[in-house]
Parts: sequence; C-alpha cells; structure tokens
Amino acid sequence: MAKLSPVKKAWRSLTWLAVIIVGLIALNTAGVLTGGGSWAPKLALDLEGGTQIILAPKLESGKTVSQEQLNQAVSIIRQRIDSSGVSEAEINTQGGQNIVVSIPGTPDDETLNRIKSSAKLEFRPVLLAGQPSAASVGADGKTTPAPSATPDPNLRSTPTVSPTNASDLNYVTPALQAKYDSFDCSTINNTSNVAPADEPLVTCETDGSVKYLLGPVEVSGEHITDATNGQRQTQTGASTGEWVVNIVFDQTGAKSFATVTTRLSGLQGVQNQFAIVLDGEVISAPRTLAVITDGKPEISGNFTQESSKVLADQLKFGALPISFTVQSQDTISATLGSTQLVNGLIAGLIGLILVVIYSLLQYRLLGLVTIASLAVAAVITYLLITVLSWREGYRLSLAGVAGLIVAIGITADSFIVYFERVRDELRDGRGLESSVEAGWKRALRTILASDTVNFLAAAVLFIVAVGNVKGFALTLGLTTIVDVAVVALFTHPMLQLLAHVRFFSEGHRFSGLDPRALGAAYRGRARFRPSDAITPAKAASVSREAAKRQTIAERKAAELASTSASSSSTSSEGKDS
Amino acid sequence: MASFSQFGNDLHTGKRSFDIVGLRRRWYLIAGILILIAVIGPLLRGGFTFGIEFTGGSEFVVSDVADQQQGKATDAVQSVVPDVVPKISTVSNTGVRVQTDQLTGEENTQVRNALAAAYDVPVSKVTSSFIGPSWGKDITGQALRGLITFLVLAAVVMALYFRTWKMSLAAMVALVHDLIITAGFYGITGFEITPAAVIGFLTILGYSLYDTVVVFDKIRENTHEDESSSSRTFPASVNLAVNQTLVRSINTSVVAALPVASILFIGAFVLGAGTLRDISLALLIGILVGTYSTIFIAAPLYAHLREGEPAISKHDKRVLAARSKAAAQADEVTV
Repeated sequence: MAKLSPVKKAWRSLTWLAVIIVGLIALNTAGVLTGGGSWAPKLALDLEGGTQIILAPKLESGKTVSQEQLNQAVSIIRQRIDSSGVSEAEINTQGGQNIVVSIPGTPDDETLNRIKSSAKLEFRPVLLAGQPSAASVGADGKTTPAPSATPDPNLRSTPTVSPTNASDLNYVTPALQAKYDSFDCSTINNTSNVAPADEPLVTCETDGSVKYLLGPVEVSGEHITDATNGQRQTQTGASTGEWVVNIVFDQTGAKSFATVTTRLSGLQGVQNQFAIVLDGEVISAPRTLAVITDGKPEISGNFTQESSKVLADQLKFGALPISFTVQSQDTISATLGSTQLVNGLIAGLIGLILVVIYSLLQYRLLGLVTIASLAVAAVITYLLITVLSWREGYRLSLAGVAGLIVAIGITADSFIVYFERVRDELRDGRGLESSVEAGWKRALRTILASDTVNFLAAAVLFIVAVGNVKGFALTLGLTTIVDVAVVALFTHPMLQLLAHVRFFSEGHRFSGLDPRALGAAYRGRARFRPSDAITPAKAASVSREAAKRQTIAERKAAELASTSASSSSTSSEGKDS
Repeated sequence: MASFSQFGNDLHTGKRSFDIVGLRRRWYLIAGILILIAVIGPLLRGGFTFGIEFTGGSEFVVSDVADQQQGKATDAVQSVVPDVVPKISTVSNTGVRVQTDQLTGEENTQVRNALAAAYDVPVSKVTSSFIGPSWGKDITGQALRGLITFLVLAAVVMALYFRTWKMSLAAMVALVHDLIITAGFYGITGFEITPAAVIGFLTILGYSLYDTVVVFDKIRENTHEDESSSSRTFPASVNLAVNQTLVRSINTSVVAALPVASILFIGAFVLGAGTLRDISLALLIGILVGTYSTIFIAAPLYAHLREGEPAISKHDKRVLAARSKAAAQADEVTV
C-alpha cells in the first residue's frame, strides 16, 4: 500500500485549493468577457436601489378587485420572481388596489412579462382556421379591405342545433362566422380578446400567422400540477434541440385530456388540431396524432430556452386571478444608502482586526494560520458570490453582509476546534507531527457533523422559503461549504507543513504549540511525558484513573516513535526494533 | 495568556473542573427565570413592535422636487410623529418616496403639509396612500414551514449521528431557550422586528445548533470510549467533556461575537436605528446565549435524561463502589 507522507498530502491538498481558486477566477473572467459578469458582486435593492413598477389591475368598468385576489396575485408574482433567481424583490399592495414590485436593476421585457402577464392557459379544439387578415387577397396581388369590419348585428348568434361536444361545428353560428371572417390578426388586442370558458373564441396565433375559431375550453391551466421546460425528446431519447414546456395534469385534467384527444384523433382536417391558448392567443395548435392518457402533454411553439422557462414557471405557479398593466416604472434609490454599507464594512473590518489580535494572543504564531485561513475563505466566498450574482442573479443585501460577517465566527470555530484538538494530543504527550494527524482525524468528524446541521438548515430554507429568507439561506449554505473546503484544503495542510518547520516542531515559546506551556513534561528530544502530574493528596482518590492514563500515554508514545521512524526521514531518533 | 493556556491544561486533565452537570438544578432555575422574564416582559410592554414590512403603513410620494435630499423628509416626518423612523428613497429624478408606520388621518394630513413645506412644493404634489406589508403572510408561512421541516430533519440527523434521540431532545430544548430569550430581548427593549431581525433569528438558530453539536460530539466521544470500563460516572464523563471544550467555547464565542459587537456598536451609536442595529443585536444576544445554553442547559439536560437508564445507573453505582474501595486500598498502600 503506497501511503503518501503528510507533506506530500499537504501539497496535494494545497494544489487542489489553488485549482479551485484559479477555476473560479477563470469562470468569472469568462463571465466578464462574455458580458453579464463583473468583478464586484451585484447589490440588492436596499443598498443599490432599482426599479419600482406599479401594476394596476385591468378591470372591466364597474368591477373592483378584492383584497383576497390582490394577496393571491402578490404571492404568485413573488414565486415567479423568485424562480428567476435570488434577487430579493420587494412586493406589496398599495392603496388596496395596485401592486408595487421593486426589483434591483432595470427589468427587460422578459422580466416584465414574467411579472405581469396573467398566464391563463386553455386547451380548445380548433373549429376553423384560415388567413390571418380580414382582407381578401385579390388575383392581382392587391389586397382589398373586407367590405365590413363590424358584423351585422342581426345575424343569428345562437346555434339552431345544440352542439354535442366542443368540436361540434354547430357552434359556428352565422354571427360567429361573420366575426371570424372580419377578424384581423394585426389589430388583435389580447387584453380584451377573451371569451367565457363555455363559449367559442376567435383569435390568432401569437405571431399573427393564422386565425382561428376555437371551440369551448376543454381543459384549463388550473389542473396543472407541474410544468418544466426542456428540449424535445424523440422516441429514441435523442434531443431535437427544440424547446418545449412539459406539463403534468392532475387526475381530473388527465382524464378530460384523454377524452378530448380520443375524440380529436378521429376527426379530419383542422378539427384534428388542438389549440393551446395563453392569455387569449394561440401559442400552438398541434395535430392530435395519438391519444394522450397519462396527462403529460408537451407544448411547443417557437420557444427559446428563456421563454420556455418563463412559461413553465408561470404555469407552475398558476394564473394570476386578474391581469395587470404597468402603470408606472421608475428608478428608485437605495433605502439604506451607501453610508450604511460603508459603516457596516468599517465595523466588520474593526471586528476582524479584533479577531486577529485575539487569535494572536491565544494561539501565538499559530494565529497567523487562522488569519491566513480566514483570508483564503474570504477570497473564495467573494469569488463565489460574484459568480452567483452573474449566474443566478444573487444580490447582496445588508442582511447578507451581516450574515457573512457572522460566518467569520463559524469559520474560525473550525480552526479553533482543530487547534484545541491538536493541543489535546500534545498534552497527551504526542509529538507535533502525529498530534496534527490525530487531532485532524477527530476534529474533522466534529467539523463535518456540525457543518452538516448548518448546511441542512440552508438547504431546507432555500428550497421551502421565499423572498429574503431564500437569500439568507444561500449565504449560509455558501459559507458552510467554504468553511469545510478551507479547513480541509488549507488549514490542515498548512499545519502538516508547519509541523516540519523547526520553529513549530520544537515547540517554540511563541509557536502556540509549546508542549511545556501545554503541560506536557519534557522527556528528551521531541518526546514529552504527559502532564498528568497529580498531587499525592488527590492521587488516592483517582489512583485507578491515573494508572489508566499513564498506560494510554505510554502506548501513544510508542505509537509516536514508530510513526516517526517510518514516515519521517528527518528524525534521527527512530527506534530500530 | 500563559495562565489561560494553563487553565486549558487543567480543564483538559480534570485537575481543575467546574461542576456544571452536578449543579443542574441551579441552571434550570436560571433558565426558567430568564424565560419567564422573556415572556412576561414583552407582554407588560404591550407586545412586539413590528416593522412596516410586516404591518404595512403609509406611503407619501412627493413629486416635482428640485432638491431630493433625503434628510429633509426625515425631519418633516419626525416633526409630526417623533418616534417614527421613515424609509426614504428617491424616485426617478424628481420624486421622493417616504414610507412610515400606519398614521392616523390627522397625522397623515400634517405629514403631507410638512413634506410639502420641506420640499417647497404645493400640497397637491404630495400623494399619500396605504401600503400593504411587503413581508406578507405568504413569506411568514413559507419560512415557518421551512423552519419546522429543518428542525425535524436536524433532530433526526442528530439522533442518527449520535445514536440517541436524547441528544436531539436536549439540543432542541437549548435552541428553544435561545430563541425565546432573544425574542424576549426585542420585546423588552422595544426594538422593531424587521426582516433583518428575522434573518438574525434564523442565523442564531443555525449557530445555536452548531455550537451544541460541537460540544455534544466531545461528550459522545468521552461517554462512548468508556461506556463500560470507565472509572467515571456518566454525569462525570459529560462534565469532563464540557470542561474540556470550555476553552474552545470561550474562544469561539469571543471570535464570533467581536465582529458582531463592533457592528452593533457602530450601528447603534454612530448610525442610530436601522437595519444594522436590528440584525446585530439579535446576533450578539443569540451568540452569547447560544454558547451559554449549550454548556449550562443542553449538557446537564442530556446527562439528566440518560442517567436514569438501567445500564448507565448500574454502571454508575459500580464505579462509585469501586472508587470507595480503591480509596480504602490506596489509604493502606500510601501509609
């Protein structure tokens, strides 16, 4: 068994650490070069300000919006914003009617759409489909407007024969036919283009290429339990590169979906098509080739990765109970301002200096290892935060800064637990090198156990919670991982290396690892007798214990001798037995 | 500092020992009194003060402002309602947004007039409206759900790792103790509970459990090593573990508390009320109480829970018997 010596292991760990840091720097450099990345983390609303969007409900005249609807809308909008990243948006109602959304930075159209669109999804069968405009194209290529834009109000608008199912062409009354004929896709206004669920709807494809007359709603978005976006898979499992939204229906939805597809697959022509209607417009109208019984249809329709993600998120969190329009969109300044951040950072710096002084007093030069470890942890955390603010939209709020400052304590604790363990081993009479190894073994268990608890807290809160709590969870999880990485890849290797430096291995008075100061009695070069010097008076009552400790110590001393003989070539006192 | 490392040595060998586990009745009593104060204190003061993020409040928007200086708004609001700390931000290039606690109708009018005067605009340029909470019931609900899930999972993980549910129970009791006392501190001092303070509470929760796991790991090691052959009784083993980790506990809490204390100092004395003060107060109290409760509540409670177990009480009796016998023998030998 080729066992690596501690020194080789130490260099290997340090190499890994360097690889991680260089990797993070490279990743972030790539981010900066390709645009979007930056060397400074993005700041949250409270520190940097952002955009305040006031959304007003779109109401038909005479109707009002209830508080319950508003609260529901706030909750859905919050989930939609959270699903796009950890930006800690602020959302509240205003004046019992509007919703104010404050988000950091300037929103693009995609973001605005994500926030305000209702995302009401309906599946309707196609009754008629045709050219997108009311104009008829003449043989000479000239377009002439349709004779009448408004259908004759005298036309019959109720079916003579009551339709048996949603695909029944009896729905197409002369009045509807006239409306359909005169409908022009270029003038479509999807905000007003709605029809009750049990009535037909005249509408167009989102890009205005086809005009439809659709039957009543067969399945609606309320029955969706989950929605994800992904690339379409062929039957062999290969990816076609086309972005689709996969939805999962609940039982009711799956059952009605199966019924409809059974009926449609038997029909011919456009009636075989099933239109997917989002907020009054058809996003696609695929032909029904097979009966879908598992309730897991996929929606395609010229999606990009981004737009399919937006739609999937919207469908998953449900449609807004009301539609909104953007009433105003203004930049707002930070509520806390730069003084708070600067003072917070100054306070953190003062605190850090105090920590440095305290560790030097407590651990002498070993304190320098603590300080160097904290510095390495700071570098990694900073890089991770900049990368996350580029990739995940993470933004640092003042609460986040405070969380990072508290993390100093938790990170430093790992070093303290470790150093105390090494000191315990020294007290028991081991040499420095084997104390470092034995202390590490025991400390690592403790560090992993306690960090697991912290990481658990972070993971659970990140998955379950929303808003500010999510941001906090990310900070906590991040610092916990960094803690484990730094103590394993930096602090421990450093001690392994320092154990070979004379200053430390001889237990210099200022090394912080002086066995004499730690109570182990000097017993010849690099070997110490344990410190269990027990006063004769006490010896009586604890004689058994003292004897036991002595044996342990002796056994350990023997161990030490053999390890130093096999692993260390610098030791001239290895026993040859 | 030499004396401090000497102190550490003595604690490690057991030469010097604080009888923490043995005096558990005293610690239980202190905890009981503190919790009582933390519960009754806020009630006497009239409950907790929640920030506008939780309760909603009034919002004023001043438009067509020439000079957007934010201090003017603070002065204007405080000339009407002295205790209120308004949240102020500028909107676009000409507006100022002021958010305050819910005001009465009369105060509302007065604040509008004061703001108009401060920014030198007609009163009609100042609009006021009621704003709902930005930290709504949905966030609280989700956060609580996350919290409960976490506590259950943490209890299970600890029970599996330590191979006894009694450690989980003791850790959870200490955790609840910490949260009640930290919350009570807010209630008694009347500091506003803001989202920042809640984040502080959550940090405490993690820190308190973290600290307990570190000490419990040493307890497990001590009590496991000498399960049957130990010359110590079970409570004595626990007590030794607590003493052996005492130096670590002191060092860790000092290192964790120093930065937080300096934020609190700067936050409270230099900046006055604000996010920094709210969060650092929760953190400082929580760190100190969290370290305290691990030593004085979790550990004694754990020993208390287990010493009644037949195997352990049998072992303890045997140890005590052997010890008195050994003492008698030693007397003979040393003569």
